[in-house]
Amino acid sequence: MWQLLYENLEQTVAVILFGIGFSILLLQRNLIRKIIGLNIMDTAIYLFLASMGYIHGQKAPIVVDGITSTVAYINPVPAGLVLTGIVVSVSFTGIMLALTIRLYRRYHTLDIDEIALLARGEDA
Amino acid sequence: MSKRRSDWESRPQARIRKWYREGFLALDNEIIDHLTRTTPQPPYTEDRLVAQQEEMASRQHERTLALERLDQHNVLAWARTRGRKAISRFYVVLALALSALMIFFLLETVALMPRFGDPATPGANIVSERYITKGLEETGAVNIVAGMILDYRAFDTLGESTVLFIAASAVLILLRIDRNKDGSPVQELIAAESDDRHYEPRNDRILQGSAMILTPIILLYGIYIILNGHLSPGGGFSGGAIISAGLILYLSAFGFEKAGRFFTNKTFTWVSFFSLMFYALAKAYSFYCGANGIPSGIPLGTPGAILSSGLIMPLNIAVGMVVACTMYIFYALFRKGGL
Amino acid sequence: MTLVHNFPFFSILLCMAAGIFTSVLKQRAAKALTFAVVAAVLVLSALTLRLTLTLEDAYAFMMGHFPAPWGNEIRIGRLEALMATGFSAVMLISLIAGMWHTPTVVSEQKVNLYCIMIDLALAAVLVLIYTNDLFTVYVFIEIMTIASCALVVVRQNGHTLVAITRYMIMHLFASGLLLMGIAMLYGITGHLLMVPLHDAVAHIVQTGEHMGPLTVVIGLITAGLTIKSAMFPFHGWAPDTYAFAPPLSSAILSGIISKSYIFVLIKFFYRVIGMDVIVSQQITPFLFVCGVSGMIIGSILAISQRDIRRMIAYSSVAQIGYIYMGLGIGTDAGVEAALFQMLVHAAVKSLLFLSAYELINVSGDRKRFRYLHGAGYRNVPAGIVFTIAAMSMVGIPFTGGFIVKLNLAISGIAMGGWMRALVLIALALSTLLNSVYFLHTVVSIYRKPTQEMEYPQVQKTPPHVAAALFVSALFIIYLGVGSEPILRVIETGLRTFS
Repeated sequence: MWQLLYENLEQTVAVILFGIGFSILLLQRNLIRKIIGLNIMDTAIYLFLASMGYIHGQKAPIVVDGITSTVAYINPVPAGLVLTGIVVSVSFTGIMLALTIRLYRRYHTLDIDEIALLARGEDA
Repeated sequence: MSKRRSDWESRPQARIRKWYREGFLALDNEIIDHLTRTTPQPPYTEDRLVAQQEEMASRQHERTLALERLDQHNVLAWARTRGRKAISRFYVVLALALSALMIFFLLETVALMPRFGDPATPGANIVSERYITKGLEETGAVNIVAGMILDYRAFDTLGESTVLFIAASAVLILLRIDRNKDGSPVQELIAAESDDRHYEPRNDRILQGSAMILTPIILLYGIYIILNGHLSPGGGFSGGAIISAGLILYLSAFGFEKAGRFFTNKTFTWVSFFSLMFYALAKAYSFYCGANGIPSGIPLGTPGAILSSGLIMPLNIAVGMVVACTMYIFYALFRKGGL
Repeated sequence: MTLVHNFPFFSILLCMAAGIFTSVLKQRAAKALTFAVVAAVLVLSALTLRLTLTLEDAYAFMMGHFPAPWGNEIRIGRLEALMATGFSAVMLISLIAGMWHTPTVVSEQKVNLYCIMIDLALAAVLVLIYTNDLFTVYVFIEIMTIASCALVVVRQNGHTLVAITRYMIMHLFASGLLLMGIAMLYGITGHLLMVPLHDAVAHIVQTGEHMGPLTVVIGLITAGLTIKSAMFPFHGWAPDTYAFAPPLSSAILSGIISKSYIFVLIKFFYRVIGMDVIVSQQITPFLFVCGVSGMIIGSILAISQRDIRRMIAYSSVAQIGYIYMGLGIGTDAGVEAALFQMLVHAAVKSLLFLSAYELINVSGDRKRFRYLHGAGYRNVPAGIVFTIAAMSMVGIPFTGGFIVKLNLAISGIAMGGWMRALVLIALALSTLLNSVYFLHTVVSIYRKPTQEMEYPQVQKTPPHVAAALFVSALFIIYLGVGSEPILRVIETGLRTFS
């Protein structure tokens, strides 16, 4: 198994990063750190996706000198998917940060548990 | 009469005429005038640090008061018990175990995935083959990825731009501070203004000097990347992000008043409206033609020329404008709840 | 290809364009446009449904000039058209019945942003119903997630902000799992469109190569979608979000949006993987167990609530449990019952939230049950409608809920073994628990206030709102009395679904 994992080193690293991001998301109580955890998770997925399209010895999919042959370029599909994924995660990061700002202005803390406690004291 | 005149002067052509006649200084003075007239000056102490510390202390105090209030309602009693602590320790262990389990499972999977860099992965099938071999001919784009995301799989990309638009709208809902009906600023707006002036750099020579030099270069580079999106790496998303970086640099160096000369809330609304509408309508036309078997009649041009590959370049421009506006409005909203 | 074949595409595009257009409109125009668009989508979907009833098979619609494995595609069959019609009808009724409260919850300058969210949420629902491409599913699920987040936070108090933070963290995690699953599936098949994916998956199952990753993929995508649709152990985000959102948003979120995720899951099971593989990979027993425990525990939690909105939100968890139990039975009959439950619950739940808000409104904006005494007399239409919806939740004959339970029981009896016993016990127990808390609610809204309480004079419910509520109630009764044609459409639609 170690041999197989070493051959797929990019994907192995991506998966470990995904787990790290996940544990940050679960364990950190600070909202900003949670957002960072989410971003690590997303980035890990992009690394995973990007590694899927690579083929040894072939170039990025920009047509050079009119050569259109599959042995010349790597698979373009994962690149497109990563692009879409990045845009989505930027949007989410923006919204999460906006929420954090709102919560901080209201409760003057970033600790999610403390915020939840303070909110429980308010009227519904 | 005076109101109408000042309204007229806030229009771009009037500003350009004024700048042509009297130079930047007149514009600056006008802005300062305008500001002193509309928003009251923030309480500005000499020693920033003291003010800051006082504010932090008062906020801390507020929080402890709130917590004490909670204590009276017995909400906090549970939080201090031993059971609660045991549960939170259990939660930590559980979370770590869950993460470890997930990593383990995913590693098992990775070991069974197709080999990295192998030319015979399942991904190298008829789909990518057609994108690579026929892409240039069918979409006219030298950049195969651009051809793929803006022509073959354009519906996804339309959705993607909509994600940006809807995210900007959601942040507007969360953070935008609206004025009263009669146009006077609400208390929150004044507080945000004073906060912003208090903490952000103003008239920093180094920042302004470098922004003077860098902003035009960054903007030009972004435009280059957008316009060459179908010829070289890049495209609307990356170019738009670069342009927005230039705009944000300008904004942080020179402040909202100067940036407001060319970028206001209205600019944001209308630019993103027109780009997205153009995007949606252009793609609607091409989807309709494609599904009903009608040739779309958009010329593809010579591959490699700047004016080629049909709709891809205009779409890249539209996407770039949406991205630039969205990032800029994010920054502005994060700083003080509006432009 | 006739013009009618284009209608699903038109309805999707209409919603998206309306969403973009709304950003430059003022309050009144934005509202009017939203109403017009939702009504138009309802008409277009109904016409599509009529067309698909005359067709033998579903048809694919290319989004662009390139056919299936290369370009995006949507696929329209009976089931899809039925769901689109049902959901847009519920959306229209919720808008008519809930929009008149917006001035009290949404600040005036943000009404157009609220309308953008409604339009784009509907667009995402339609795309998820129709699409035939796994990556499009991901993109539009994200649109839906953001739209529902914004629909909740238009009312900005501490509770909605905390609830939505939880919601976002759970949903972002689920999106991560979903995208990871899609990436792995792409890695082992090389396709993103559902029909070629199905062939590639069949090949994998046949040869056994990459079978391990396929199982993990199914697990990841199922986990992502079940978290997003608030299945029982992952329901943590749901009650607060539904309870503290504005009434119209609660209706849309719990009525329509959570169902769309489940529809995508059914589509993934049937069209991408194949139900036989799902059953042989032991995914269905997991869903079954979660569904049954959701039915029971959701109801028990609902009984313990003192706030009427939280009670309804927890009963939503229980009702989602019914859907997952139907899915977990794993036969076509079970999935049909689940699909019918999706339609019934969409109508009932939105109606419950909206009529409960009317009742709260006449009780001085107080949500506890003891303040609601006599609310059924203070607002007669809302009281009647709430009672009808509650009857459907309990499963009284001649309402939609009864047919759902009947079908679930029939499909459970056909299974035999431990499943049969468990289905029947779970249905009996959850009916009992449902009747406990809905009876309690109905009794308390028709009870005379014990002590003298001051109830402020509020604006009377406008006649069109009452009419919309009654139409929705009639629809629930129709689902109970004339369910035969709809069940037949679901049955024949499911056959051509994969």
